[in-house]
Amino acid sequence: MQDGLIVRNLTIRPDRSPLTLVDDLEFAIPPGQFTALVGESGSGKTLAARSILGLLPQGLSPTPDSRILFDGEDLTRASAPQMRAIRGARIGMIFQEPMVSLNPSMRIGQQLAEAMRLHTTLSTRQIRAECLAMLDRVQIRDPERCLSAWPHEFSGGMRQRIMIASVMLLKPRLLIADEPTTALDTLVSRDVLDLMVDLTRTSGTSVLLISHDLGMVARYVDDVVVMEKGRAVESGRARDVLRAPQNAYTRKLVAALPRRGPARPPTDAAPLVETRGLSIGYPEKAGPLRPKRFRRVVHDVDLAIRPGETLALVGASGSGKTTLGRTIIGLERPETGSIRIRGQDIGDQGTASRCRARRDMQMIFQDPYSSLDPRQRVGPLLVEALRHLPGLSDGDRRARARDCCVEVGLDPALMTRFPHQLSGGQRQRVAIARAVIARPAFVVADEPVSALDMTVQKQILDLIRHLQDSHGFACLFVSHDLGAVEQVADRVAVMEAGRIVELAPRDRIFDAPEHPYTKRLLEASLRLNAA
Amino acid sequence: MRRLPLNLWIGGTVVGILLLMALFAPWIAPVDPLKLDLPARMQGPGGGHLLGGDEFGRDIASRLIYGARTSVGIALVTTLVAVALGLVFGTLAGFLRGLPDRAIMIFNDAFLAFPGLLLALGFMTVFGASRTGIVIALGLAYMPVVVRLVRGTVLSVRAREYVEASRVGGNSELYTMVRHVLPNCMAPVIVLATTMFGWIILSESSLSFLGLGVPPPAPSWGNMLSTARPHAAQAPHMVILPGLCIAMSLLGVNLLGDALRDWLDPKMRG
Repeated sequence: MQDGLIVRNLTIRPDRSPLTLVDDLEFAIPPGQFTALVGESGSGKTLAARSILGLLPQGLSPTPDSRILFDGEDLTRASAPQMRAIRGARIGMIFQEPMVSLNPSMRIGQQLAEAMRLHTTLSTRQIRAECLAMLDRVQIRDPERCLSAWPHEFSGGMRQRIMIASVMLLKPRLLIADEPTTALDTLVSRDVLDLMVDLTRTSGTSVLLISHDLGMVARYVDDVVVMEKGRAVESGRARDVLRAPQNAYTRKLVAALPRRGPARPPTDAAPLVETRGLSIGYPEKAGPLRPKRFRRVVHDVDLAIRPGETLALVGASGSGKTTLGRTIIGLERPETGSIRIRGQDIGDQGTASRCRARRDMQMIFQDPYSSLDPRQRVGPLLVEALRHLPGLSDGDRRARARDCCVEVGLDPALMTRFPHQLSGGQRQRVAIARAVIARPAFVVADEPVSALDMTVQKQILDLIRHLQDSHGFACLFVSHDLGAVEQVADRVAVMEAGRIVELAPRDRIFDAPEHPYTKRLLEASLRLNAA
Repeated sequence: MRRLPLNLWIGGTVVGILLLMALFAPWIAPVDPLKLDLPARMQGPGGGHLLGGDEFGRDIASRLIYGARTSVGIALVTTLVAVALGLVFGTLAGFLRGLPDRAIMIFNDAFLAFPGLLLALGFMTVFGASRTGIVIALGLAYMPVVVRLVRGTVLSVRAREYVEASRVGGNSELYTMVRHVLPNCMAPVIVLATTMFGWIILSESSLSFLGLGVPPPAPSWGNMLSTARPHAAQAPHMVILPGLCIAMSLLGVNLLGDALRDWLDPKMRG
């Protein structure tokens, strides 16, 4: 008998299907070790982890010769009551989405106590004391109040801490964390991870981390298993694997990590887009006696974007960076201040002229799954983007759409497809094609790669850079991902709580940050070379 | 993809038969639906008449065929009226927001507060008991449900990124609305419309039952059902046959609606 988790011949294949989702996977986690399953979406890493807890989706189960041994017990053969006794008490799980993994209709205290009552024989008072101590450990201010609060009163980071607290209360022997920080900001995710590591180290819990973030893996993990299409293609000590990857796929993953390109010579051309004293606020509900008031989310921003350059706007979520981008493009109205394009104020002109200005400005949205009309085929979608360009016949438009497809690396045969028939990367290419097909002078890219897989991210960033080089449009690149920013930006503006706290050329920001907030952001961003 | 053909076949066949009955009633019906044949009073199926006779000995088969003309015709036109009005007001409310939204929704919610049939009854007293009267009254009575649904769907669809992308692309609000928002709102509307078709056939029956529907002696499935009620014990076929017609047409229309919704969804076309 051996302690810890041992997975052998794990194979998951749907009934009556030739598709193998997890193929003959083998790995072991000794007690107290920190192991990561790394791979892109569809690699089977989440399925493999869920099969340990017997939480596979309906219709899926490991094949009969799969073995999952946990402290000597074969979990693939455990009965439902046995599994219930193991889940929570001996193997805990943290999910990706903290916003939905706590029950919104239960107070925090009830949720924390629920599992304790089930798996321990402690009295209500003892449970309460344990909960308070644990909430204190995860640095929740005022644990007393937290017990009687509702989940919606907490931010995503706080909820993930509470989630960790609720799982660690039972001191499980193994913790499965499925992308625990993907939904969180850089700064917050750093705190949450540190906390998770600290708690598991002190209680001797081993951890199975599922992640696509190699920077995070390099910093925290002992062993790593790299998965591709259901197979483990490489495994070993995390440092060795990431420093000197043997397998071609691992090398591709490591190569996809953003790297700083050569700096482009700065331009001193007249600014293309300029904001002066721009403030943006949302009206608060006005009562009958209360005057209409604005809740400011962006304060007094002066920005200038020169032709052809990429200005990155970075900051935590809620810092107002997306709102600023949307306002410049014309999707929101500024409260005060002005937006000038080629020196012309577009704020106080009529709608028609704003439309004319918009023809010069385009946007790439974050999520390629929702930014394409599900009822429009790729071809018509691109043709539509040319509607407002004068002097083109229908044939011209179709020819231009075809050329643009080739330019963004899409097979023109895909033009008859609907968006749902394309992969995430292909969709984002379509979205980029739509943005650049009318040759805009300025493009706002709102987190254009954060919904994509690592290797696809690199391709898309390279594509944006390439298109920029050939067409010379300026780009406002809104992102919280410092790696991506480092790769594409010429200059970087750091936003904190609606204000721009630092604005400098990229190399200066990354090598010699001045503002304390910038320093904190850089410190928290997990880069491979930093580890 | 796998479910679609069966739905389409059954639903299409049933609706096709209904439409044929409605369109070609004078040529299909064996005898004049108004002709009295007193010896055949409440006679069961077989005998002199294919499906028997009613309380005046009129031929039930012929009355059912002519009744399809009334019932299906009214239900179809009324559904179209309700959906068209609902789409217009619902879209205006969801799209313009602000004052127009509030004004439309206040009236709409006031309408919704009354049971549909009661509302229809009220309108009937204004428009009179005729086919046009029924269509207008039921159309107005069922419109508020569509308005609510359309407004809600428009609100959710107009916040999607592809709608913003269209705006950023310089397209006018009206174009964006018609091209990108409305088509993506249609799936629930189609489902509601087919369900409503059933409600309307039943409501028309109820109105007929109360004496406000299609005036006798013209046959509709509703008034056939209601005049047969006192005789249900002696001549069950008089109740069962029009009831069966109503049930079958509901089934057919609902299946066709499902098939139509799937067919309009690009994801289901594979």
